[in-house]
Amino acid sequence: MSPERTAAAPAAEKPQEREDLKTLAREMRRDILTMIYEAGSGHPGGSLSIIDILTVLYWRVMRHDPERPDWPDRDRLVLSKGHACPALYAVLSRAGYFPREQLWTLRKLGSPVQGHPDRLRLPGIEASTGSLGQGLSIAMGMALAGMMDRKSYRVFAILGDGELQEGQCWEAFMSAPKFGLDRLVAIVDSNGGQIDGHVRDVMNVEPLPEKFRSFGWDTVEIDGHDFAAVERAIDSAVKSAAGRPHMIVARTVKGKGVSFMEDDPAWHGKAPKKDELEKALKELS
Amino acid sequence: MAGAATREAFGEAIVELADQFPHMVVMDADLSKSTMTQAFAKKFSARHLELGIAEQNMVGVGAGLALCGKIPVMTSFACFLTGRLEPIRIAVGYNRTNVKLVGTHAGLGIGEDGASQMGLEDVAAMRALPGMVILQPADAAETRQAVRWMLEHEGPVYLRLTRQKLDDCHGPDYQFRMGRADEVFKPKDASARLQATIFASGGMVPEAIRAARELESRGFKARVMNAGTLHPFDGEAVVRAAKTSQRLVTVEDHNVVGGLGSAVSECAAKDALGIPVVTLGVRAFGESGLPAELYEKFGISSAHIVDACLRNLDLP
Ligand SMILES: Cc1ncc(C[n+]2csc(CCOP(=O)(O)OP(=O)(O)O)c2C)c(N)n1
Ligand SMILES: [Mg+2]
Repeated sequence: MSPERTAAAPAAEKPQEREDLKTLAREMRRDILTMIYEAGSGHPGGSLSIIDILTVLYWRVMRHDPERPDWPDRDRLVLSKGHACPALYAVLSRAGYFPREQLWTLRKLGSPVQGHPDRLRLPGIEASTGSLGQGLSIAMGMALAGMMDRKSYRVFAILGDGELQEGQCWEAFMSAPKFGLDRLVAIVDSNGGQIDGHVRDVMNVEPLPEKFRSFGWDTVEIDGHDFAAVERAIDSAVKSAAGRPHMIVARTVKGKGVSFMEDDPAWHGKAPKKDELEKALKELS
Repeated sequence: MAGAATREAFGEAIVELADQFPHMVVMDADLSKSTMTQAFAKKFSARHLELGIAEQNMVGVGAGLALCGKIPVMTSFACFLTGRLEPIRIAVGYNRTNVKLVGTHAGLGIGEDGASQMGLEDVAAMRALPGMVILQPADAAETRQAVRWMLEHEGPVYLRLTRQKLDDCHGPDYQFRMGRADEVFKPKDASARLQATIFASGGMVPEAIRAARELESRGFKARVMNAGTLHPFDGEAVVRAAKTSQRLVTVEDHNVVGGLGSAVSECAAKDALGIPVVTLGVRAFGESGLPAELYEKFGISSAHIVDACLRNLDLP
């Protein structure tokens, strides 16, 4: 049993300062690695690249209530790159959606913490995902419903850069501007990696900002590990009501925070061994 | 014994057969490490295409390659590949192109990844496409021969492969015959009427053999037929089994609708065989867990097969 497993579950965390946020994200990096270690399989690389963004979203931007996961006016987040769910699970448990102990049941029979997010089993999951390319369309439907009902909730979708190779993504990119969905914010986790190698070698998707702008999206490009920049970008996206959907191209590092995982495609989808976990946790202490 | 996953045997077969089939082109959608095509890609890089995470495009490109004389072998997880049903229907089925679809990690057998990665409706979908041959080998030897047959055959084929390792179930003289089910477990005294004939395929064959052994140890006789070709189905094998058994049992790592159980039931109904057919299969989208746990939970483990062979059917 790893040291993380025995730690008491804290109640919903309330970080006040940016430094707190960084500390919280670092702790959740430890949770991510520990739960994948306990599961014996899972996707560390793409979880570590989005954890900073998720931290800003859930503790600085999103209007949500862990006590009422079905609150109709809540902001929604669709994790289109569903394999990175360990990051979302770490966030949801720290935010108070479910007890932190459940993290250690990841991928085990009967666990609500499934190998890919399952909205019917776990509170806080807005859409069951895991088949790449579909999440932005679902998020777009949520934003359209909000527009029809004159609601003010915002919808966030997180996509992988390899995922962008799916044609359905581009159907969504084409259609969201038509409907003027300015409460829709798409974030591309541009970590440069996928399974068979680097995105630039497998199937290049760049130049992304130019493509999104030409499709009619209000687009910014940021460092996805710079908390201030992430907050600024999302903040200005949700405040603008210019009748255009928002795209944030977040340049990130796959495996961010663990030296031997960073930018190594081998760490896309494998669990650390015991000594690797210990080494990683030391780096993150 | 000494089992290999059928996806591993497939990966070796395409390398072995590469020189004999110079028109073969192998295609991937960012899962080459899992579909076992990396050895081919390395050795025959000019005949390997990485299309990225874009299965629908891969299907269309493969059809075009086939229309110009290539033999495209496209691989992904069973769910993602056959999930592009309509492009397959038109570009492969309706156009009758010489495309080989290879879906790996089929069924609950993928395990911990959970429901979204489980191909559980793929056979049902492919079986509804006229002209599509569906092969699901049960061990390495059968896979090697099935891959050769697939490359020799002119027309669309869907090859369904496992993530998990499977024990060898065929003897040294095994000969793959498309469209024929073959016996992989015979009770010691097969002259008496059998309690059941169990039809299984792919990853379920080891479970079925285990069940038949268990039945034998309890004094019941059951035979196991390996349905390596799921479409077109071996109706004669069903007729023969009906003559010698009290019931037919089917077990599949797939939804109980539209796959092996349906194929056997359709044959039995068509020939008015009047024999009960007990169909075991998945009735859900699946979830995370170890394959053995999932087989137990979703009703397709050897224990469930034993029960299906013995339980009172309350016949009218
Ligand atoms: C439709 C579909 N095809 C294939 C896969 C298998 N798969 C899982 S993750 C992955 C790579 C994803 O790369 P990216 O979107 O860049 O994610 P990240 O780098 O953030 O992990 C693939 C191909 C899938 N989940 N869905
Ligand atoms: Mg990526």
